[in-house]
Amino acid sequence: MKWILDLSFRYKLPLWGAILIIMTQLTVSGTLIINSYDELKEDVLISSEAMGYSLTTNLFPALLHDDIWRAYEIISTPIIRPVPGSNPVNAKNILVVDNELRVIVSAQPKSAPMLTAMRDLNPEYAELANRISQMNGRSSQDINLPNSKYYYYVTPISSGSTHLGTLIISHPKYVFWPRFTHIVGHALWAGSIILAILLPFNWYWGWRMALPLVQLTERMGEIKRKWPADLDPEVYAHRDELGRLFEAYTRMLGDLMDMHELEKKMVQSDRLAALGQLAAGIAHEINNPLSGMLTAIDTLKCYNEIDPHTMKTVALIERGLIQIKDTVGTLLVDAKINSRKLAPQDIEDVLTLITPLTRKKALHVGWHNCIDDEVPLPATPVRQILINLLLNAVHAASPLGTVAFDIGITNNQLQLSVVNDGKILSDEQIAHLFEPFSRLGESGHGLGLWVTYQIVLQLGGNIGVKRELNNRMHFTVSIPIGGVA
Amino acid sequence: MYPFGNNCKKNNINALPHGNLHINLINNFNKLRLILILLLFLPTLVWAEDEIQPLRFGITPVITHDQNELIADWREYLQKKLKRPVEFVLRDSYRETIDLIKRKKIDFAWVSDYPYVYLEKMRAAKLLVIPLYHGRPYYASYLIVPSSDRNTKSLLQLKGKIFAYADPYSNSGYLVPRYQLQQAGEDPSHFFRKTFYTWGHEKIVNSVAQGLADGGMLDSFVWDTLASIQPELTNQTRIVAKSVEFGFPPIVVRSGMNTADTIAMQNALLGMAKDQEGRALLTRLNLSGFAPGNEKLYEVVRKMMHAMGDL
Repeated sequence: MKWILDLSFRYKLPLWGAILIIMTQLTVSGTLIINSYDELKEDVLISSEAMGYSLTTNLFPALLHDDIWRAYEIISTPIIRPVPGSNPVNAKNILVVDNELRVIVSAQPKSAPMLTAMRDLNPEYAELANRISQMNGRSSQDINLPNSKYYYYVTPISSGSTHLGTLIISHPKYVFWPRFTHIVGHALWAGSIILAILLPFNWYWGWRMALPLVQLTERMGEIKRKWPADLDPEVYAHRDELGRLFEAYTRMLGDLMDMHELEKKMVQSDRLAALGQLAAGIAHEINNPLSGMLTAIDTLKCYNEIDPHTMKTVALIERGLIQIKDTVGTLLVDAKINSRKLAPQDIEDVLTLITPLTRKKALHVGWHNCIDDEVPLPATPVRQILINLLLNAVHAASPLGTVAFDIGITNNQLQLSVVNDGKILSDEQIAHLFEPFSRLGESGHGLGLWVTYQIVLQLGGNIGVKRELNNRMHFTVSIPIGGVA
Repeated sequence: MYPFGNNCKKNNINALPHGNLHINLINNFNKLRLILILLLFLPTLVWAEDEIQPLRFGITPVITHDQNELIADWREYLQKKLKRPVEFVLRDSYRETIDLIKRKKIDFAWVSDYPYVYLEKMRAAKLLVIPLYHGRPYYASYLIVPSSDRNTKSLLQLKGKIFAYADPYSNSGYLVPRYQLQQAGEDPSHFFRKTFYTWGHEKIVNSVAQGLADGGMLDSFVWDTLASIQPELTNQTRIVAKSVEFGFPPIVVRSGMNTADTIAMQNALLGMAKDQEGRALLTRLNLSGFAPGNEKLYEVVRKMMHAMGDL
């Protein structure tokens, strides 16, 4: 039984519905059938009584005049010419016996010859004769012999105190059976039609009710493995409990995804912050001896007695040290240098700067500058951000591709976005995009985005990247105006 | 259409003047009969205004009253020939017809041999014409038993059995068996265990076929006619013996009837075989015509009645 309870609602709902419908149908039909059975049985008795009464009324004068033929005509008519349909009693035999229980006349004279003692006819009639002799002969009675195939209806033929004999009508016990089966057939037929209408309807309804639940269950089961696909809004568009459950699920899923994003970002920020600290620490540690070494080389170069060969080596060391210094210097991003405020012209300058490159690749550049006044943000780091992002975009864009730039102030924040087509980054690449030496491009040392990230961070802003649906990379930066938050 | 056919159902339906014919024939039977009798009487009333008395023709169970349509047609034919109203009076037993003749309530009657001889003896009626069956004015009495009875070869073997009589005033169905028993030295009143009347020859065949009676005697004309139209009924019976021939049940005229009307009726009946309409009616009656009467044909019956002490 348990497996039935464990069935999917898809099957359980229609199944329960079907069971209920069939049970109801059976109960209703059964009651009607039992009722009609009783009524038919009752009808037969009533009809037997009516037939007995009408026959004895006619038989009395015939018997009084010993008119056997007349009596025979009276009792044989219902058997020879039964009125179809109107009378449920399909009498098998009708017998008239005298007061000594001898046959006066029978509707089937061959099986019950005249003047034969009723007891000699057959054991059933003998038993019947016993019953009749026990009756007071005044009232009619139905006699049901246990092992007989027939019902007997016994009516005395009398008028006043004159008692001429007894009329015995016998009919098969199940004379109403054909009519009963007819009624049962009708009931079954009607029942089948009702079931044929209700069951498919119920099946559809149950399936339709279960479908949203099933989909919801499937989606929720997927959550641990992957983000489930959106629910089909067509599946359930009503505002009842189920509809609200759908809404709650969608809301919960959204919250979960946001939280997941946030978590990812936090992990990334933490990592980048740790990296920044590490880089800055190392850079400082390197910078101190480096400065010493460069000073020593400067001092050394002041001496003229160094032979050219050694001089060449010193110069080599010096160039190496300077390169180290540049690299370390790049790692030590400092956005807090004093700088003038950002002016609209600064942004246009960047456009001028990248224009030769975009021309070279025949890129379509979408430029949308909404800054028309000075912005209280340091111009240099912001320019640095713009240059880095735009150069990256131009590099990544495919020839004849598109680069779009948008800058403006919204909610007291400087908002800028850079979109380019062309090379698309993988999730893995995006996850490590802002780390130093990420080396996404064929050229460069991979510090551009690291630096950009550090600058944005130091300005108290946010930088984000996402893949657009139409295969474009979209960088967004927002920086609060009015100092570091 | 034969005079003794068991097709009253059809006739009743046809005879009904207005079309409301829903089924229960058994219950409607009496009603139908009433309507029919009223129809028969209707012209009488019309003519009564002109002071012309109808000729009244009694019909006994020799020809069954179920053949209402045939009788109506016959009546119409006679009215046309006689140019005056004719009224048919139907009675179930010979006794009633005998009474009607004696009381001069009817002028003519088709009766069995027994009533005729009796009425003639009483000077209440005279022979008018004798029907011809297969061209001869004779018939006999058949002794029949159920076809399942293979042993019975004579009436005497039915001792202690149940016997069906047609009518206490029937020749073939009552007088003949009793006379035969008496001639054999038996007492007809106690020879059989039980007897009953069926009030009609056709019903003798029925009662024997159904096994209600072990035997019966009846008009050969009835049995032969039934055998041709209802063989499934007569096949259930077997003819054991045929009696000598008697004069065919005649049509009589009551005594005191005026000569002109008597001759007119006699001529009308004798002339039936001469015109087409009359021949068609005769065919339906299963007769070939009518012949002028000869009382001598009924000598045998008269002798039997004497022997039985009925005259």
